[in-house]
Amino acid sequence: MSTSTYASALGLEAAAVLLCAVVTLWRRSLGAIVRALAIQGLALGCVAMVIGLHQHDVGLIIVGLLVLGAKAIVVPALITRVVRADPRSRETQPLVNVPASLVAAGALTFLAFASTRSVTSLVPTAAGRLIPVGLSAVLVGFFALVTRRKAVSQIVGILLVDNGVALVAFLATAGVPLLVELGASLDVLLAVIVLRVLTTQLRSRLGSFDFDQLNELHD
Amino acid sequence: MLIVVLALPLACGIVCGVMPWQRSLGWLGTAAASGVLVTGIVLSVQVVHGRPETGLGGIVRVDALSAFMVVVIGVIAVLATWQGVRYLDAEIAAGRCTRRHASLYSVLVQAFLATMLLAVLAANLGVLWVAVEATTVVTTFLVGHRRTQSSLEASWKYIIICSVGIAMAFLGTVLIYLAALHASGHGPHSLDWTSLAAQSHHLNPGIMRLGFGLIVLGYGTKVGLVPMHSWLPDAHSQAPAPVSALMSGVLLTVAFYAILRFKVIADGALGSAFPRTLLVIVGLLSLLVAASLLLTQRDYKRMLAYHSVEHMGLIALGAAAGSPLAIAAVLLHVLGHGLAKGVLFLASGEILLTEGTSEIERVPALLSRRPVLGGIFGFGLVALLGFPPFSLFASELNMLRAEFQVGLGWVAAASLVCMVVIFAAVVSHGRHLLLGPRGTAAPAMTPALVAVPLIGGLVCCAFIGVSAWPLGPLLHAAARIVSP
Repeated sequence: MSTSTYASALGLEAAAVLLCAVVTLWRRSLGAIVRALAIQGLALGCVAMVIGLHQHDVGLIIVGLLVLGAKAIVVPALITRVVRADPRSRETQPLVNVPASLVAAGALTFLAFASTRSVTSLVPTAAGRLIPVGLSAVLVGFFALVTRRKAVSQIVGILLVDNGVALVAFLATAGVPLLVELGASLDVLLAVIVLRVLTTQLRSRLGSFDFDQLNELHD
Repeated sequence: MLIVVLALPLACGIVCGVMPWQRSLGWLGTAAASGVLVTGIVLSVQVVHGRPETGLGGIVRVDALSAFMVVVIGVIAVLATWQGVRYLDAEIAAGRCTRRHASLYSVLVQAFLATMLLAVLAANLGVLWVAVEATTVVTTFLVGHRRTQSSLEASWKYIIICSVGIAMAFLGTVLIYLAALHASGHGPHSLDWTSLAAQSHHLNPGIMRLGFGLIVLGYGTKVGLVPMHSWLPDAHSQAPAPVSALMSGVLLTVAFYAILRFKVIADGALGSAFPRTLLVIVGLLSLLVAASLLLTQRDYKRMLAYHSVEHMGLIALGAAAGSPLAIAAVLLHVLGHGLAKGVLFLASGEILLTEGTSEIERVPALLSRRPVLGGIFGFGLVALLGFPPFSLFASELNMLRAEFQVGLGWVAAASLVCMVVIFAAVVSHGRHLLLGPRGTAAPAMTPALVAVPLIGGLVCCAFIGVSAWPLGPLLHAAARIVSP
């Protein structure tokens, strides 16, 4: 793979990760939000594989395949079953409305580029230049998490943050050591399973639940 | 020896998962915890007199700091699993818990212990992260074990907030790894703590600042430091008492242990000023928030939870001072707070069981109605407020002394003001809970199953406060690791 193809492929996939994060702010149908998450997982797995191909690192290609399997197939499938249990459920009243959210996403992207100068100056490679994109995805995911009310949106928010962090890890260091990367993915998978069980248990008590109904505990 | 520590709770968890539930399995859990404690003590003796030991192909490593944390985990685990037998007895008797749930509880508690032990024994900062994240996953089910709406709500908030926090910690770890990759020509690059600490002088300061900030924010979420503390009062008040004791007594400080490990690297790369400022900010904020919210508490379990926020703030300030004296005091405080808070949460579980409410208003005059239980709770509060002979007196005094020595006198003064406010708040709540006329009923007895471990815990806390003998060399060896 030539260097320019490599750089543009990497840029395309990193941009797809960020774009999917923004799409989750834009769409209200929970089904569409989960599809965006799946596409993001796909793009993330491809980032790892492209870097692996470029550096002739078989371990990284395998990690990329595993990430793709976990984040583009298994995790979205787990969440889709939560969505199907309540198909009419939509993100109707986010704390911040959609146009304002999109403006905020733009501002957060700007912030990410501004705050990572010290990092990008140290890693002047094709991958290193894209680190701010990963950080933008983290911040947008964080924003989705604090402003969206549905259980599913909150799970997706966590996964957006997590995917963004994973993107930074691939771009900055070509993946932290293999063992850590696998352990991290396994932990995320377990966390999603735990969240799904919790959603089911809370639903059996509250009917369709969103975060506003969690108001038993306060000072 | 190193492998035995990790294998004990794992083996016990597997046995609890495979065998049908019976009461003796609860005692098996206590036996495994005692085994962890004994191995921890043996490891401590070994590392004080010898060299650090590695195992599992270099993934785990024990030095004085790790060995000390293993001892802390072991002590509190013995208390909590002992009381766990009582908790399951009561839940099964009341029909709130099936045998299958009892098995699940025992398996998860052992898994919880195993993940915490892996966290403090990890040689690799990535493995440390994986282990701390795994504690979140395991404890979420334990927080929601009673399956009431409020406990499920608490577990939801817990896992959402802590997952975000721990993702920040991962980002911080990645950035520090990046800095290590680019400090080329200075030895092998990996996420091993020893190699990172050895080459810390060559790490890029810009990246380290960002990385360490994310580490404090991320692991600080699990420590319960303000501004990421909001899950803590909910989770600690809703979890079953033995789980609250473990979470408040050790899990918080296991996460703080992670910050201490990173602080060594940050000190090397940035000098001590930046880590100190960061820890002073989060420490003082935690004290302020704890003081203001403790004044208005109406629930004794939430009161204990906010008290943990205060103590984590104190520990952060002690670590900010960073001198060997300060770190030794911080570690002594970790043990003392674990014991006192563990005993208090276990006692509060018994109060909740017998009185049926966690509101302070509705549980008056405990000392005359239930003399033993009330006495334990009272002495626990005395210990937690930092009175001698309990060890928290010595550790708080030495942390304040160390802060004055390194020129953080104003910080020490500010924390003293917060401590006085908290003292007044806790005394007024405690007075209502403990004192008052008995009424007509005869004093109720507290079963020995409950009283023995709790009194044992308090005696232990007083003993290490009076005599530094068994711990002194270990504390100094551990302090030299953090503050060479």
